[in-house]
Amino acid sequence: MRMKNRFHITLPLICFLTPVLLWLVLLIVMPHVELLRMSLRTEDISGNPAWGVANFMNFFKEPIYWLTFVRTAVYSILVTLMTFIVAMPVAFYITKVVAPRFQGFLMMLLLMPFWVSELVRVYGWMILLRESGVINHFLTRLGILNQPVEMLYNDVSMVMGLVYTSMLFMAVPLVSVLESLDDSLIEAAYDLGANMFTIFFRIVIPHAMPGIVSGSIVVFMLTLGNYLTPNLMGGKNSLWFTEQIYNQFIASFNWNQGSAFGFLLLALSSLVIWAGLKLTRQKLSRVVQ
Amino acid sequence: MPIDLSVQNVSKSFGDFTAVDDVVFEVPQGQFFSILGPSGCGKTTLLRMIAGFNEPTRGAIVIRGADMAGVPPNRRPVNLIFQHLALFPMMTVAQNIAFGLQRRREKPSDIHHKIGRILERVDLPGFEDKAIDQLSGGQKQRVAIARCLVLDPAVLLLDEPLGALDLKLREQMKVELKKLQAQVGTTFVYITHDQSEALVMSDHVAVMNQGRFEQVDTPQNLYHHPQTPFVARFVGENNTWSGVVNRCDTEIVEIETASGRHFRSRATAPLTPGTAVELFLRPEAMIIQPGADVPRLNRFEVIVKSLLFDGANSRLLAHPVYDDIELLIALPQNRQFDHIRRDDRIEVAWDEQSGICFASTG
Repeated sequence: MRMKNRFHITLPLICFLTPVLLWLVLLIVMPHVELLRMSLRTEDISGNPAWGVANFMNFFKEPIYWLTFVRTAVYSILVTLMTFIVAMPVAFYITKVVAPRFQGFLMMLLLMPFWVSELVRVYGWMILLRESGVINHFLTRLGILNQPVEMLYNDVSMVMGLVYTSMLFMAVPLVSVLESLDDSLIEAAYDLGANMFTIFFRIVIPHAMPGIVSGSIVVFMLTLGNYLTPNLMGGKNSLWFTEQIYNQFIASFNWNQGSAFGFLLLALSSLVIWAGLKLTRQKLSRVVQ
Repeated sequence: MPIDLSVQNVSKSFGDFTAVDDVVFEVPQGQFFSILGPSGCGKTTLLRMIAGFNEPTRGAIVIRGADMAGVPPNRRPVNLIFQHLALFPMMTVAQNIAFGLQRRREKPSDIHHKIGRILERVDLPGFEDKAIDQLSGGQKQRVAIARCLVLDPAVLLLDEPLGALDLKLREQMKVELKKLQAQVGTTFVYITHDQSEALVMSDHVAVMNQGRFEQVDTPQNLYHHPQTPFVARFVGENNTWSGVVNRCDTEIVEIETASGRHFRSRATAPLTPGTAVELFLRPEAMIIQPGADVPRLNRFEVIVKSLLFDGANSRLLAHPVYDDIELLIALPQNRQFDHIRRDDRIEVAWDEQSGICFASTG
């Protein structure tokens, strides 16, 4: 019986595995090895190439670097939290409140904006929010504002843009996990004397936990690695860490420094996700199912 | 006996459809009351109205003297055991049972004490820390009952909770539920489509059809004295035979079947001659090869079509000579009738008191 479980290398297996392995090695492992190598290259006193951790040390020496880093981490967590707060009622409404025949239609409405590219959607927000934009136009027309106000290029508009961009990635896992919640559990809790608040925190949230965590992981990673939205909607003071990496590679042409930053961002996202899983007592293997 | 639950002319409509139509009944304290009906008869809607999940369109539901109009489920002194039990899978047995007590803000020491006592009562001592998916079907059943009984409700509502169990366990749980109800003395309102569950467990049974109560009575009376053709057909097994009234005495009618047989039978109401009737005959009312001198019997001959052996519940499937109907005849397993074979022609009879006639409805 044990023989059956042994791993045999057969021709079909090789055929199926080759593209996956090529993908992994060529596009993920090799670039990262190269980035790691570059991040550890530096110059000695006489200006000759040498090995060292100077690139990583620069990060800690220069406050602008690690301040951006902390800001990016804190805002990403905030965006994840806000996305959850916005998406949870939406998912609950679609799965539990609305009549089943409208569910598909509402899901469609939720998906529709994501047929358009992120760039176009962000420009859409800019058309609405900029000084000469639609909202300012109406507010001044109605006499609420005396003169147009710049609503773009600040942290609030940037966070809003990021929440909007990642909504779907939270809503879809929440909808699927809430669909599996038996309505009679909610009714049973109600019957046993629970109010809406208790039902939500003792029944709905514990049941939805795997979906919440998987949605949060996706949203957090996408937000942390987002470049477009912070760049377009954030102001001069709303620097995102991906912009720092971009600057090092493209503007300063310092690939070694950029590689080091890239690795720090990877470490940050791994750390936060690990902490999040520990905090919610979820296992990664269960969440990714 | 104080009345725990009083349902007063309750109706419920969904658009044009009337699910529950002017239902009236009262359940005294400590009674095991069942509502028996086919699926779609409105019994679940009625139960959900008592629990508070639906509001009646008309009428009132009064629990222990208090009108429940506008009172949400979490403030009603009733608890519901759901068809699929609805135990919380994310909690242990103890947490499930504690859920309702915590909502009442009882002291943790009291809660702990009560959980221990109720688990003993439902025969699951020491199960506090078990997860729900570690339990068997019967154990889940008992945890669901414990979770409600620990709150000491005025009325415990049960929505076909035995439906998901296998036959053997169901038979066992029927007896256990009845015993438990007698011990705790809580008023039970039990809905089911399984007539055997209703008959075995209940003090009183209401037979429900198309949103209305056809008859509310003891199980014995439902079986022996059905008031409507639906009850006669639905409760227990019955053979039906149609005919026309020839003559009507005070209690006994004489009917003539399509093939010209004459029978004398009981009727629930006086019937005028010429009325089309349906005659209902229990399989066990049929006597196989009766003695020649027994009086008041309706005798006829049948041809055996097949023998349905089922232990104590064995029956013959037969059709009367010259008639195109099938009859089920109880076959006592006292070895007296072991000689009967397929295609045999035998005499059967029934006492005029054991049949019952109703005017045909359709």
